[in-house]
Amino acid sequence: MADVLLENISKTYEKGSIKAVKDISFAVNQGELFGLIGPDGAGKTSLFRIMTTLILPDKGHASVNGLDIIKDYRQIRQKVGYMPGKFSLYQDLSVLENLSFFATVFNTSIEENYDLIKDIYIQIEPFRNRRAGKLSGGMKQKLALCCALIHRPTVLFLDEPTTGVDTVSRKEFWEMLHRLKQEGITILVSTPYMDEANQCERIALIQSGELMSIDTPKNITSQYPKPLFSIKASNMGKLLKDLRKNPLIDSCFSFGEYHHITFKKEKQEGVLVKQLEQLNHGQVTIQGIEPSIEDCFINLMNR
Amino acid sequence: MNENIVIKTEKLTKKFGDFIATNEISFEVYEGEIFGFLGANGAGKTTAMRMLCGLSIPSSGNATVAGFDVYRETEKIKKHIGYMSQKFSLYEDLTTLENIQFFGGIYGLPEKTIKEKSKELIYQLGMESEAHKLVASLPLGWKQKLAFSVAIIHEPKIVFLDEPTGGVDPVTRRQFWDLIYDAADRGITVFVTTHYMDEAEYCNRISMMVDGYIKALDSPINLKKQYQAQTMDEVFYELARGAQRKSD
Amino acid sequence: MKQFLAFVRKEFYHVFRDRKTLLLLFGLPIAQIILFGFALTNEIKNTPIVICNYANDPISHQITDKLGAGDHFIVQKQLLSHQEIETVFRKGKVKLIVVFPPNFQYDLYHQNQAQIQLIADASDPNIATTITNYATRIIMDYQQGLSPSKDVPYSINTETRMIYNPELKGTTNFVPGVMALVLLLICVLMTSVSIVKEKESGTMEILLVSPFNPIMVIFSKAVPYLVISLANLVIILLLSVFLLGMPVNGSITLLFAVSALLIITALSMGLLISNVADSQQSAMLISLMGMLLPTMIFTGFMFPIENMPWPLQLISNLVPSKWYYIIVKSVMIKGLGFEDIWQESLILMGMTAFLLVLSIKKFKPRLS
Repeated sequence: MADVLLENISKTYEKGSIKAVKDISFAVNQGELFGLIGPDGAGKTSLFRIMTTLILPDKGHASVNGLDIIKDYRQIRQKVGYMPGKFSLYQDLSVLENLSFFATVFNTSIEENYDLIKDIYIQIEPFRNRRAGKLSGGMKQKLALCCALIHRPTVLFLDEPTTGVDTVSRKEFWEMLHRLKQEGITILVSTPYMDEANQCERIALIQSGELMSIDTPKNITSQYPKPLFSIKASNMGKLLKDLRKNPLIDSCFSFGEYHHITFKKEKQEGVLVKQLEQLNHGQVTIQGIEPSIEDCFINLMNR
Repeated sequence: MNENIVIKTEKLTKKFGDFIATNEISFEVYEGEIFGFLGANGAGKTTAMRMLCGLSIPSSGNATVAGFDVYRETEKIKKHIGYMSQKFSLYEDLTTLENIQFFGGIYGLPEKTIKEKSKELIYQLGMESEAHKLVASLPLGWKQKLAFSVAIIHEPKIVFLDEPTGGVDPVTRRQFWDLIYDAADRGITVFVTTHYMDEAEYCNRISMMVDGYIKALDSPINLKKQYQAQTMDEVFYELARGAQRKSD
Repeated sequence: MKQFLAFVRKEFYHVFRDRKTLLLLFGLPIAQIILFGFALTNEIKNTPIVICNYANDPISHQITDKLGAGDHFIVQKQLLSHQEIETVFRKGKVKLIVVFPPNFQYDLYHQNQAQIQLIADASDPNIATTITNYATRIIMDYQQGLSPSKDVPYSINTETRMIYNPELKGTTNFVPGVMALVLLLICVLMTSVSIVKEKESGTMEILLVSPFNPIMVIFSKAVPYLVISLANLVIILLLSVFLLGMPVNGSITLLFAVSALLIITALSMGLLISNVADSQQSAMLISLMGMLLPTMIFTGFMFPIENMPWPLQLISNLVPSKWYYIIVKSVMIKGLGFEDIWQESLILMGMTAFLLVLSIKKFKPRLS
């Protein structure tokens, strides 16, 4: 049963001159951990705002928990949890004050659903009297999550919760989300970080308002059209330039320690290595690899 | 990259009252190097960068940037460096061309040079049809590429980049690093901070700040060996895990 | 130097590309010059006055004609008893009553002196002083013309009585105006800014996506300002009564009731502004330019409304503080009760209700 359903949703701004969302449709199943992956400007925040009934789409239908986002928006607002970008908290209220406030707004109390937030809250409890404005990014993130969960929502919408937060806190955050999933809450997360895609059950890759692909991370990577190789040499900068000029190469992108390449034809690896060695590249190593989500994203962007 | 030292710090420290944001950091950066300056939020990175850019006076310790002293010659430092951050790069209500002309003027370039550079820059970035559009209408990736080019329009010795690729799509991110490589080839030292660990691999050397100290400084290869990690991500995690400082 | 010019050029770009602020930068001075240059004046013209001529003799008629001749006064001839005089002043339209005693001419010819009584409404002491001065001048002028060649000149004495404010305290004029200004300033400005701030920080989003009726969010923001405004009201009243010696001749309850009405109006206006303002800065600008300036000009405590050209007088009727000002002056200074000000109160209530309903209707339960 689909907990969140979007059909042909479109949204423009500035009297149609900015097309933020172009005819997007997808469904999120009940209890799923779903990721919306894409860079800034892809349309993630617009989609979230439409799903949480904050803005109206120009075209299309959508429903959350079977309720229509236009007609039944009041009911939807009672049931969902929302954590907007920038972790909107009251900067001059303390951790505890923020939490009690949001609990009250949702007609509940901290005690009532404490079991849900306990694991998260424990980490910030030592700072419960500190003003939210004085917390680090990781702490704000945890507090904002607690505030969004305090009323035990059926669907949780998290808009870029890991942006601007350090690596350690990011990892901890995903661990918290996995634990929450076991409570049966449907969770939608948006993120620009491709490596986080693997933390989700299913993902949608979004770029410039369009849905490029939607599936499980495994299925998406298995649909990568060609064999992918990683290649390394002693001078990576020169290697990149030479690879781009090479007629055997179809695509070439740097990926940290290696460059990822695809060939126009099969079984050209040996030929390439010889050509590179003739250009005085030393220590050339090449091997076939499994594509990552980022490889797939780049491939889809260039189509 | 050659052996000339463009940045040198000795026990550079910045205190805010009792709080020691940056604690006696010492390191050197060489000309033409791509130097990655990493660290978790609150580790003291931003404070350190501000001191090196001449924006903040240290509490103690020494440092020279492009040969100029950070205490007494901050104005000279500013003339010889470029700066770009994720939060601010260009004026949104000015056009591409107007931004280039403005920053060219700010850096004291002569009129003729500005005109030539503008043409060159716009051509290099492939933004001919965007030259007269307001920057606000450009996609994020283009803005960042433009901002970087503008930051080095006066061929500074060093360019400081504060998380320049945050939130940018993967293709544009790589195009951005192409620009960084070009700049480094021309002899401009690039001092960059980033949260993308694959970008850490593109740097010649990395320094990691934790709790105000520099906990590690070496090339990516050596760091991975030292911490027995496959990726820089693992290295970072190892170093940042034990951090005491959880507040900004 | 070149760098300086580069900055200057950039700043010009910023200014000229911000259309809304540009409108204000050019529009406001133009509006001000027109208003202050043409429309607003401290001169008094065409003031209705009543002449009670108990003498009914040639000289009194001549003086009456002279009073009505220029453009200062519009003369109404009526014989009024004491009660009737009071009623006329309560109505508020007539600012001066001239009384000729029964034997005016006779006294003048036989005793070489006679008296004319000038009774002025001094709740606005400036107007009262000016009007009585005009009248006195005209009468003295006539007196000069009467006896150019006589040895013992005639003397017409004017006996002036200032009603409601015998000591001609300026505060009586000013304090009710300040009350209106303060209440409006706090409520409109702070409410609109506070709501917009919530929008800017993003917390409004979370509040909207909750079972809490968003209108309640707005009302909850209004409450502190309501309380503070009432507290301010008390302070202003205490200060003006004890420090400035201002009279409070009427019912304090009525005063607070009417003030509460104005506060609610102001809060509604603040809410309306917050719907259209997209930043705290623009909320502030709109509040100040859109609210404060008209209030200062059209309330009537700085510039008498009766002397404005009639289009501006019409506009002044739309400004809630004008009605508040009239009510407060009537209650505080003239000591009038609800029976006398019920019309103005009704108008103010109507405005309050209208603005309140409008602001609630215009409130968007979604982001724009």
